[in-house]
Parts: sequence; C-alpha cells; structure tokens
Amino acid sequence: MESHEPHSEMYYVKIWALLLVLLIISICGPMLEIKILTLVTAFGIAIIKAGIVASRFMHLNVEKKYIHYMLYFMLLMVAIFFAGVAPDVMRNEGTNWINVESKSLIEHHANIMDPEEQEPEHH
Amino acid sequence: MSSNAAAGHGDHHEVSFWQKYIFSVDHKVIGMQYLFTGMFMALIGGFFVYVFRMQLAFPGQEVLGFGTVSPAQYNALVTNHGTIMIFWVAMPVLIAALGNFLIPLMIGCDDMVFPRLNRLSYQIFLLSALIIIGSLFVPGGGFGGAWTAYPPLSANSQYSLTPLGSILWVVAVALEFVAFLIGGINFVTTTMNSRAPGMKMFDIPMIVWMIVIASILFMASVGPLIAGAVMLLFDQTMAIGFFDPAKGGDPVLWQHLFWFFGHPEVYVVLLPAMGIVAEVMCTFARKKLFGYKTVIYTALGTAILSFFVWAHHQFVSGIDPRMANIFTVTTLLISIPVAEMLFVYIATLYGGSIQFSTAMLFALAFLVEFLIGGVTGIFLGSSAADIYFHDTYFVLAHFHYTFVPIAIISVFAALYYWFPKMFGRMMNETWGKIHFWGTVIPFNFIFIPLFILGTSGQHRRIYSYENFPDLATPDMQRLRVIATTSLIVMLVFQVPFLINFFYSMFKGKKAGNNPWNSNTLEWVAPSPPPHGNFAEMPEVYRGPYEYSVPGRESDYWPQNEKP
Amino acid sequence: MGMVQPIATRRSVTGISTGKLAVWWVLGSEIVIFGGLLSCYLFFRLLYGHWSEEAVHTNTFAGSLNTLILLTSSLFAVLAHRAAEIKDCRRAFMYLWLTIGGALSFLVVKGCEWTYEISHGLTIGKSLFWSFYYTAAGLHAIHVIAGAIIMAFISFDVIKGKNLQRVELIGIYWHFVDIVWIFLFPLLYIAK
Repeated sequence: MESHEPHSEMYYVKIWALLLVLLIISICGPMLEIKILTLVTAFGIAIIKAGIVASRFMHLNVEKKYIHYMLYFMLLMVAIFFAGVAPDVMRNEGTNWINVESKSLIEHHANIMDPEEQEPEHH
Repeated sequence: MSSNAAAGHGDHHEVSFWQKYIFSVDHKVIGMQYLFTGMFMALIGGFFVYVFRMQLAFPGQEVLGFGTVSPAQYNALVTNHGTIMIFWVAMPVLIAALGNFLIPLMIGCDDMVFPRLNRLSYQIFLLSALIIIGSLFVPGGGFGGAWTAYPPLSANSQYSLTPLGSILWVVAVALEFVAFLIGGINFVTTTMNSRAPGMKMFDIPMIVWMIVIASILFMASVGPLIAGAVMLLFDQTMAIGFFDPAKGGDPVLWQHLFWFFGHPEVYVVLLPAMGIVAEVMCTFARKKLFGYKTVIYTALGTAILSFFVWAHHQFVSGIDPRMANIFTVTTLLISIPVAEMLFVYIATLYGGSIQFSTAMLFALAFLVEFLIGGVTGIFLGSSAADIYFHDTYFVLAHFHYTFVPIAIISVFAALYYWFPKMFGRMMNETWGKIHFWGTVIPFNFIFIPLFILGTSGQHRRIYSYENFPDLATPDMQRLRVIATTSLIVMLVFQVPFLINFFYSMFKGKKAGNNPWNSNTLEWVAPSPPPHGNFAEMPEVYRGPYEYSVPGRESDYWPQNEKP
Repeated sequence: MGMVQPIATRRSVTGISTGKLAVWWVLGSEIVIFGGLLSCYLFFRLLYGHWSEEAVHTNTFAGSLNTLILLTSSLFAVLAHRAAEIKDCRRAFMYLWLTIGGALSFLVVKGCEWTYEISHGLTIGKSLFWSFYYTAAGLHAIHVIAGAIIMAFISFDVIKGKNLQRVELIGIYWHFVDIVWIFLFPLLYIAK
C-alpha cells in the first residue's frame, strides 16, 4: 500500500498542465522547420513526458527499486533487439552484393517529384 | 498474518464434475489439464514422426495407419511435428503442468495468486491446441513451411499452397504465446510473493527457480515475435508487404524476429528440465546440491547470454559476416555456463549414496544425452563449420539430442518422481525400468545415424532423396532404415509406460506423503493434496537440499521440520 | 462466482501487493511487444527516406488532439486512484468513467481520422509506411478498448465499495497505454 499521504487533486492537475505545455512545445517544434530541433523536441519531450507519467502518475518514484530494474531490463531487451537487427535489416548491400529490388525501389522514389504513384501490380 | 491458519476452504458443498475437473481453478487440476493435453499432443507429434520417418526409410510406400505420403503432406508433417512438440508438448508439460502443480506446493501456499487467470490461461492454451489440430484438416492441408515459418513461403499462399493452414498455424502459435504470458505472470508473482514464512530466496527449490527464470525469459523474448506474428498474419491475409522485398519489406526481418525469441526459447525449456534433474538427483543421491547458488547464477547468466546468440541460426542467410563473427563468439561462450551446470550436477552425484529408481535413471540419462547434444552444438556455433552443416541432418541430430532429453527424458524423470504426489499411488518400478531402457537406447540409435547422414550432406526437409544420387546410396539408405526402425522400437516401448501410468493411477500401490524421503514442501502435503494443499500452512527453517547432514540420524531433513 | 481468495493472494513477501506486482510484469512483457513492433517500424523509417512523402499525410491535428485526450484521461485515472485511496467510492467511480470517456473520445477521433484516410486511398496496403501506421496504432487501440472494458468492470465493484485496490492497478495499465501513445505520436505524426 502507499506509504505516503495521498497528494491533493491540485498536485496531479499541475502535473497534467506541465504535460500539456510539453505537448504544445513538441507540436510547435516542427513549425520552425529545423530538422534536428524537430527530432529533439518531438522525441526528447516524449521521453520526458513518459518519465513524468511513469514517475508521478504510476508512482514509480515511490515504488520498490526492483520494479525499476525489471522495466529497465525490458527496455534493454528492446535495445538489444534493435541494435542486433538494424545492421542487417537497414543495410541493403554488402561488400560484394547489392539488393537489386530495394535499390530500385529507393531510387524510384527518390526520382519522382509528385505524390506517390501506385506500385505496379505484383503477383 | 494468519498464514498458519488452515486454508479457508471449509465449504464442503458438493462440486459437480464440471466444477471439479473442467472448470476448476485449483492449480493442481489445471496442472493436470496441461499435462494430459501435452501428453495427448505428444501422441500426435509422435504419430507424425512415425509417418514421415517411414516415408524416409521406405520412400513412396504406403505407411501403415496413414497411407502414401505426398510431398505436401510430408512438409506438413515435419512442420507440425516440430511446432507441436515445442509449443504444445515441451512448454506445457515442463512449465505449465509442473509449474502449476508444484510451485504452490513447493513454496508452501494453497494455490496460485490468480486462480481464475490460471484457468483462463489453460482455456486459451486449449483453444490454441484445437486450432493447430484443426489447421491440419482444412482445405489445402496443414501448414508445411517448417516450424520456423520463413516468409515468403509462409506469407504467400501461392508458394505455400496452404492458404488456410498457414493462417491458422500463425493464430494458434500466437494464442499459445498469450496463454504462456498469462500463465507466466502467475508463476512469477506467486513465487515472489507467496512463499511460506521463513522461505528466503535461496531456500526455494531449484525447479521453482528455473520455472520462474524461464517464465521471465519467455516474457522478455517473445514480444518481437508477437509483433512479427501480427505482421505475418497481415502479410498472409491482406497481402501487406512487411516481409516482401517488392513492397519494401525484408524477409530476413522475420528471421530476426523469430530467432530473437527462438533462441531464448530453447533455454526456456532447458532450465525447467535442469530443475527437474536437480530435484530428482538430490533426492536419489541423498546429497546436497553441490553448488546451489552457482546453479542459479549460471542459469541467470545463461538466460542473459541467450539474448546475444540468436543470429547463429542465420549464418547462411546472408547476414553481414562480421555480425556472424560476433555471434560465433557469443554462441561458443554460452556453452560455458551450461557446462558449468552439468558439472555441478555431476559433482552432486560424487560421494552420494545413489538409489537407481526409475526417476533417477532418467535424470542420469538426461546428463549423458544432453552432454552429447551440447557438445555437437559447438560445431554448429562456429559460423565456418555451420556453412557446411546448416540445413543438414547434423543440425537435426544436435537439437534432438538436446530437445529429447529436455522434453522427454527429464519429463519422464519428473513423472516417475512426482506421480505418487499427483495421484496418491506408486508406479510400477520394474515396468519403469523396462520403459527406461526401451526409450534411451533406441533414442541413440535413431540420432547417431542422423549425425552420420548429416556429415554426409543429407539436407533437411526433403521428402525423398531419390533425385539426389549422392544421398541415395545404399549405405545412407541403410542408416535411414536403422533410424526409423529404432524409432518404432522406442515408440513401442512407450506403450508399457502408458499402461503403467494409467493403471497405477487407479490400481497402483497407495503412496504415503513422502515415499522418497525428500525434503521439499510438496512432500509434506498428503498424496494427492486436497484443495488448499496443507492442513496447516508450513513454515520453513532451512534450504531444500539438506540431505545426509553430518551428525543427524536421518539422512534427510524436511524444510518445515522445526529445528 | 463467489470464490474464496487463496491465502497465496494475500501474502506479500516482496512488500508489493500481488495484484500490483502482476500488473508490472504485464507491462514488462508489453514493453517488449510494442518495442519490437516499433523497432521494426524504425528500421524501415530510417532506411527509406521516401517514407517522409507518405508520413506528411498523417493528420497531426487528430494526433495532437488524441494525445491531449489520453493525457487528460491519465489525469482522471490517477485522480480515481487518489479517491480510492481515501475510500471515496463515488468520486473514484466518477473519475473512472471520465477516464473511460477519454478512451471513447480517443476511439471516436481515431475512427474519424481513419475513415477520412481510408476513403482517400491511404489504406493499410498502400505502402509499408501505412501498414505500420495502422498496425501500430491498431494494436494500441486494441489495448485502449481492453483497458476501458476492464475499467468499466472494476468501476461496478468500486461503486459498491469493493476491491478498491484495483483502481490503482487498472490505472497503472492505463498510464502505460498513454505512454505508448506518447511515443507513437512523434513517431507517426511529428517526425515527417
């Protein structure tokens, strides 16, 4: 059970207001049209918002430590999966071979100026 | 905490058959449901292997009890043999049946923490079993793209020729995953929270540790494959291109999703098997486990390392050779903690006063056979050697030398050991020993020929070698016949087991609480335990393996005996 | 359905209630499921530069509105928990239904958004970007629906003063659903 006095409702409303401000910043970020800034605001703020929801709403800040460790472990698993698979899936050529299909797909899209054309029918 | 009070199940109202056996929330009944379902599925998986091995030994000839085997049927048989044996036999029996039955008993409480969730997990599991069986009878037949289900074969029905079977296969496997995720929550939470007073973490019996670590390992590894299964299902049903290069997808992505889970999965089934062997060995060697903490730490080390080896299944799939180097190193490394565990077990036997009960015989056989399986894995773990061995029968023999000890031999050890507790009667030891020799010896004569065939270059998943002159020599065919004949002998020797098992259930000699003079808490409860397990909830004063303690008259010291 | 709660459920060697421990483990496995799916999306998103042509068509307004809705519903969920802690059953019940209201609003916005997109040819099979878009958001939406249904069942107990501890548990699950969306939002709507 909770080991501390329940917070007042206002406490949670203030946190919600903070989350809203962060949301607005992350929406406005792209409007400046600087790519790096967009990514930093969008994902950096997402991480911060998630952290706030996790610690204040889910009460992870007062939860036992091993719940934290378990959650970090699961996130680590996702990171291992990403790190182990990305070098394979995200490279479409090796030192002596080229993935012809992917190469033509990427070039095809890089060349067109207008919106997406329909892919030719494949059986 | 009134944890010593008798379990509050004083309601003596009449429970109907349905309440008691079909819709029960009692962990023991649910465990039995998993056990019997798993045994039934093993019969199906075993029947499949009989049919396709007959085809391999006597190509083109009618198989007794099946008829002629067409190439498509052959593919469906080998695919579903593998799938069923792993997901519907090994996992349910090792984790769900034994975990459900034993965990509350061994940690000294009256049930799992979520009995109704437990029942739900079985119901989902049963549904998945019905779907996989159903998938064999739909138009087009059962899925035949191997248990690994690589796209585009599995994604495109124009290649697989089993439009419905492929879809049902994926759905069945996905449901089975959900059932085990739910079940795993119960095992982990119960073990963490509901232990008897006095039972510290290092007083928990090894099999409980192993099932819990296996459940956590499963939970942490199956996520990407569940995502992948949804993606494959969409590829199959809506012609989406997650794994189709023409649409921008990548078939190798499926391989990664599958094996990121697939490799930890083999440790998910290995760890409970090693737990069983630990329990059986300590009881029948009358000796303390040589390195309790060592086994736990190596089990954890194995579990963590198992996340870093998966691409050794993909050495010849076109992955970056530099990645292959890394995975070779990690794969060879993981043999170390597993070998460590085997050494600890052998050291446990040393100096013990060994009783060769049937359960002990199976546990010892596990050590020997698994050792062979593990050692042959080294060849496959080196990417250079694997270039030759991949997709040959060498791989098959390797994983059967590991899987059969895990899913069959250790399970028999468990069944002979815990049968008295489950059913209140003793199995016949003489027939047990006949069953033992009739299982283990033929097993070797099935798979040693397959090692030889593998090194001679025999490919896997080929319906008939008639069109491969190098592989259709009389010598090689003779090896195939030896393997098939041994299989039939091994299957025949399962009949005395089945008779022994079911006959003893009703007519065997009545068993007391603790026929093996064992320490762990499940032997405190009556055989079989009633609803609520213990008349008075036990308290624990020592670890689980205090056998032959110097200075004590008795050679065992139950965990709950007051000091 | 009157089942006596086993002694097992009442014990707590770790100091965390069994229900809460179980919900955290559920979240652990969900992290890997969503993490796996989103990793796959990320592989392709980073690889295929031309996906930005597709991504530009996602409805940022709808996405932002849904983010606002879910954040607000999370607020209601934690206020419901607070009310349950001080044993104010009627308040807890009200907040639970406000949370469910948030869930329903989310689904309505999503429904309108998807209807518009599908009727304009942006279907799941149009390109791999849209396949991931619908799969990821769809999987999330299924979790929203499941959470709302379970929350409704819990609220029926709560108004009778029973099982108040479950308000916290469904709250924790609900915040997780919110967090998944917090990451889906930039992935699908902002990073164009």
